[in-house]
Amino acid sequence: MPILTQLEMEALGLSLKVGLWSTLVSLPLAIAVAVALGRSSFPGKSLIDTLVYLPLVLPPVVTGYFLLVLFGRRGPLGAALEQWFGLVFAFRWTGAALASAVMGFPLMVRAIRLSVEAIDPGLEQAAATLGAGRAAVFATVTLPLMLPGILAGTLLGFARSLGEFGATITFVSNIPGETRTLPIAIYGLTQVPGGDAAVLRLVLLSVAVSVGALFASELLARRIAKGAVA
Amino acid sequence: MTPTTSEEPASLEIDIEHRVGGFDLAAKVATGPGITALFGRSGSGKTTLVNLIAGLIRPQRGRIALGGRVLFDHTAGIDLPPHRRQVGYVFQDGRLFPHLSVRHNLLYGRWFTPAGRRYASFAAIVDLLGLGPLLDRRPLHLSGGEKQRVAIGRALLASPRIVLMDEPLAALDGARKAEILPYIERLRDELALPIIYVSHAIDEVARLADWLVLMNDGRVAASGQVGEVLSRLDLRPLTGRYEAGAVIETRVGETDTAYELTTLSFAGGELRVPRLALAPGSLVRVRIRARDVAIALARPQGISIQNMVAARIIELSAEQGPIIEIALDAGGTRLLARVTRLSADLLRLAPGVPVWALIKSVALDRHMLSQAPGIHASPDIEL
Repeated sequence: MPILTQLEMEALGLSLKVGLWSTLVSLPLAIAVAVALGRSSFPGKSLIDTLVYLPLVLPPVVTGYFLLVLFGRRGPLGAALEQWFGLVFAFRWTGAALASAVMGFPLMVRAIRLSVEAIDPGLEQAAATLGAGRAAVFATVTLPLMLPGILAGTLLGFARSLGEFGATITFVSNIPGETRTLPIAIYGLTQVPGGDAAVLRLVLLSVAVSVGALFASELLARRIAKGAVA
Repeated sequence: MTPTTSEEPASLEIDIEHRVGGFDLAAKVATGPGITALFGRSGSGKTTLVNLIAGLIRPQRGRIALGGRVLFDHTAGIDLPPHRRQVGYVFQDGRLFPHLSVRHNLLYGRWFTPAGRRYASFAAIVDLLGLGPLLDRRPLHLSGGEKQRVAIGRALLASPRIVLMDEPLAALDGARKAEILPYIERLRDELALPIIYVSHAIDEVARLADWLVLMNDGRVAASGQVGEVLSRLDLRPLTGRYEAGAVIETRVGETDTAYELTTLSFAGGELRVPRLALAPGSLVRVRIRARDVAIALARPQGISIQNMVAARIIELSAEQGPIIEIALDAGGTRLLARVTRLSADLLRLAPGVPVWALIKSVALDRHMLSQAPGIHASPDIEL
């Protein structure tokens, strides 16, 4: 008898897929936004600042509703993306990934921005006097020094994605094999009489995945601190 | 090891105006190989001037040229970014890259220097600055003095055409300073590079610099050879009264082994100092503080002071306090003496009066001695 049931395998696989995609795709954007907010001043900066942090304070259901309106098949963005790139979010796992990305984005930006602001601009000036152009300074000084923040942001975003429920269920509903991630599966089973044992198994699975992610990032952080990466 | 011969010897010309908030900097300076000290109180504009040369700040008006290459020209619309200026900058706080080993910090500038423009060899710089044992360490595990040595090496390995040092020793204690000074002296003597050395420590300036640009309130108050500027009476409010003194270049003569005294000769006479481990004929720079020089009208007899130099009074500082300074000419060498106003009046000291300058040997300790730099062409420094 396999350790995990069909439903559990499916929910776990979907959660990991959604978590990885949402984190990896939003990471470059999160880095760019964090650097822009942490380093430069430009017109409309406070607007961007507010917009980025909005999902942190809005009820997730509200965020999910906005996603539905904007990225639904008839929404202004959803229709355009489908027409040009064939990319559909509504009631697909991609929509779950988008919802996770939006909800996790403020956490990623915040963690990365803190590490950007902690970098002494004097180091970048020193690199410039040594002949490094702006792109080279970023690649060889700024980015490596941001690495702990990037790692922390990635972990936070991934963890947030594993726990994402409200915006996801509002935007893409509960579709087995497509949008039924671990939290949604747990919620679904609590609504069914006699689902207690199955719920407990899913809860334990959820805890195991989160602890595993934390442990992996801890290991990576230690390797960075030891300089194995640089 | 010198900058590539295809380029003309680097000389720096600055003529800029820069205004930030209430601070107003206007400076015109031209200098060549050797160490030019930018000296002045904090807030006098020294660091701003150096940042303008490096391109870290953009002046509002003016022109900066290095070895015929224009780095900045307001009217021509030229403003080279820092990474294209070929300026080696040693910051006060080191600014080593914490994520790189000492070796990779040193090699950082080399990556960006085209092979044809490199003149600094890694092995030579590591040897010059004694960095061999540090190469695999991280900046975090270096002492303050080691950090500054690495910072100097890193700047040089980018093969710059000028080196800017912004108070590189300010963050170090006395022992660490003494550890680095000889390395900076070696740079001065072995590289034909102009070095701009920012400092507010008169002893460092007297020891290292060939030329002195005295900054005050965003303006160049005076400039010229170190000895000349430091012995000018009118500049003492800026150079510091307690440390006022003359800097003279001397040549090592014979050493009396029985008494362990070495004779140093200069244009105006001879000095005897505690034995120096230097070959006869080598040049040694001696700083004689005004407070270590007394004055007599006739050559005194029965006195423990052995260093007596015949001189003529050039001028007396016009002050009302109990102490005045007197500038002396000893065979073309300028000395400063510090006496009470009472003594000056009793002895009727006045310009033109021949006197004897009495210098205590013990005042010439090793701290005040340094290898004199090679002879460099006189830079053209204007006010």
